[in-house]
Amino acid sequence: MLAYTIKRILQSIVVLLVVGLVAFSMFQYVGDPVDNMLGQERTQADIERVRAQLGLDQPFPVQYWKFISNAAQGDFGISYRQKRPVMDILRSSAPATLELAFVSGLFALIIGITLGVITAIRQNGFGSGIIMTLSLIGVSLPTFLIGILLAHLFAVELGILPSKGRGETVIIGGWVWSVFGTQIQFPSWRTGFLTESGLRALILPSITLGLYQMTLIMRLVRSEMLEVLRQDYIRFARARGLRERAVNFRHALKNTMVPVITIAGLQLGSIIAFAIITETVFAWPGIGNQFILAIRAVDIPMMAAYLMLVSVMFVIINLIVDLLYFAIDPRLRVDRTAGGH
Amino acid sequence: MADTGLDKSLVPAHRYPGRLARMWDSDFVFNFRKSPIAIVAAVVTLVLILSAIFAPWIAPHEPFNPATWDIMSGNSRPMVPNEFTGKVFLMGTDEQGRDIFSTILYGMRISLFIGFSAVIFAMILGITLGLLAGYVGGWTETIIMRMADIQLTLPSILVAMLIFGVAKTLIPFEYQDRVTMWVLILAIGLSDWVQFARVVRGTTLVEKNKEYVQAARLIGRGPGAIMLYHILPNVLNPVLVIATISLALAIIAEATLSFLGVGMSPTQPSLGTLISQGQQYLLSGDWWILVFPAATLLALALSVNLLGDWLRDALNPRLR
Repeated sequence: MLAYTIKRILQSIVVLLVVGLVAFSMFQYVGDPVDNMLGQERTQADIERVRAQLGLDQPFPVQYWKFISNAAQGDFGISYRQKRPVMDILRSSAPATLELAFVSGLFALIIGITLGVITAIRQNGFGSGIIMTLSLIGVSLPTFLIGILLAHLFAVELGILPSKGRGETVIIGGWVWSVFGTQIQFPSWRTGFLTESGLRALILPSITLGLYQMTLIMRLVRSEMLEVLRQDYIRFARARGLRERAVNFRHALKNTMVPVITIAGLQLGSIIAFAIITETVFAWPGIGNQFILAIRAVDIPMMAAYLMLVSVMFVIINLIVDLLYFAIDPRLRVDRTAGGH
Repeated sequence: MADTGLDKSLVPAHRYPGRLARMWDSDFVFNFRKSPIAIVAAVVTLVLILSAIFAPWIAPHEPFNPATWDIMSGNSRPMVPNEFTGKVFLMGTDEQGRDIFSTILYGMRISLFIGFSAVIFAMILGITLGLLAGYVGGWTETIIMRMADIQLTLPSILVAMLIFGVAKTLIPFEYQDRVTMWVLILAIGLSDWVQFARVVRGTTLVEKNKEYVQAARLIGRGPGAIMLYHILPNVLNPVLVIATISLALAIIAEATLSFLGVGMSPTQPSLGTLISQGQQYLLSGDWWILVFPAATLLALALSVNLLGDWLRDALNPRLR
């Protein structure tokens, strides 16, 4: 177990270093940052000074190491477009994305598992057929179209839910505590969970973002359930006279949870990446929105930071899921260490 | 198709089925004839592809030639005679009097061109790297497959966006409009090769130890020829399935990028650009400017997806 953990952590670090190299080379080969920082009227001395200031006169490996160590401390430089530190922008827009991802993940899990169980229990029912067909159409519908449709239906036609922005938000945290003379500042967090309009604004974007993951979880739960329901111990549980609900939920569903948790964990990263689309449709002030604006404006520090942030997130999620899997399912231990894959 | 093993001299000439008849009775076509969903999906796909190819002949107007725009007929509802000019448009017009039906035909042309080119690019790249990884092994394999693993940790739409963003910075501003399409093809293609490479590598690993490959090696064929002429034909079935599903994904990816404003520009709109423009008219009640391009995109993606699903089952010998 320990050897495997160390191996996986080392692999993750290598992945991050490679992604870091990609992010770093964007600065190297794409445009000249000196051009971006100095105006038209500049002298050679100005250029030299700024180059030295930015460390551009150093050799490549030194610059790369500096980039990585700065990034590890959360310093990605100044955004070309907004002229303020990239980390500040990310920090102020992260809560919006994380809250959206959390709610849509929750939606995907709860509704996905419920529908999966229903379609498995009533395998040949009329309702199940409709749900399965709809899920196929749902997979083919691009996320942005779902967003437009939902926004139009519920915000414009029915006028019951907002289609733009986060609604009213409240800032929590940011308190300064002094403990034994040292000042500790809590990070501040702009939340939409505490106001009614904030909660209502979350509904449509969360459904849009979570719909794909929901169909995925639903199909997974359904096929796993169908497999489990055929097992002898389920028949035995029925023979013991247990109630149908107890059999389905306490005995069958429990045994489908390992793959569901794995997939759900892996999908968490995709939710954060796909938030880009949802955030654009619903004018949601999150990191994804910032990323699209950065691409349009060729704001390289912002793009590099987003790339690093997302890959760190993906690598950590992958690592946790792998290790959890390894811990939960003893059968994998032999394969993994022997196969070395 | 495999030879039926019949000795032709034993069967009267008129009883021996011709090539077409044998194809008609083959497993593959039989399976197709028995699947109504596959037939409908194939017909819809074919109609859409043909109408995109022949857009210049089918389209009643030239949507990108401002001289043919008819501002007086602007904002016409579909199939309702315009209140000023009395002209009837199948799918209505936008504010400038552009015929929506014609813009969709031309937009689909761009969407399909990008989709097909991106998939072909991804396919060539993926097959080459997959064959190399599977057949050569060793360091080549490790490097290629680690690259694939790293790329798989990121969603492909994100990879495509990043490639597009980087490419945009490299290209001088005045050329950007002309090369956007190729940048998109490159971005979507590069984000999609991994699936091909993984499948081709897997099949190659199995195939390279079979007797026919050993025989080919024995008679002195080089590794390149063995990969190209002996192994490649045996990996084409799974590749075809992935290519079909990738086509649907590539079309959706292109539409998504264009919708987000990091793809085709309004001067050369794809279906995604048209949808993004149509969304702005939705609030004023001009639903047709959005609904028809969106429905076309959905029909295209859904039918190609269904075709891919059917192909996967039909080509899978275990499901027969």
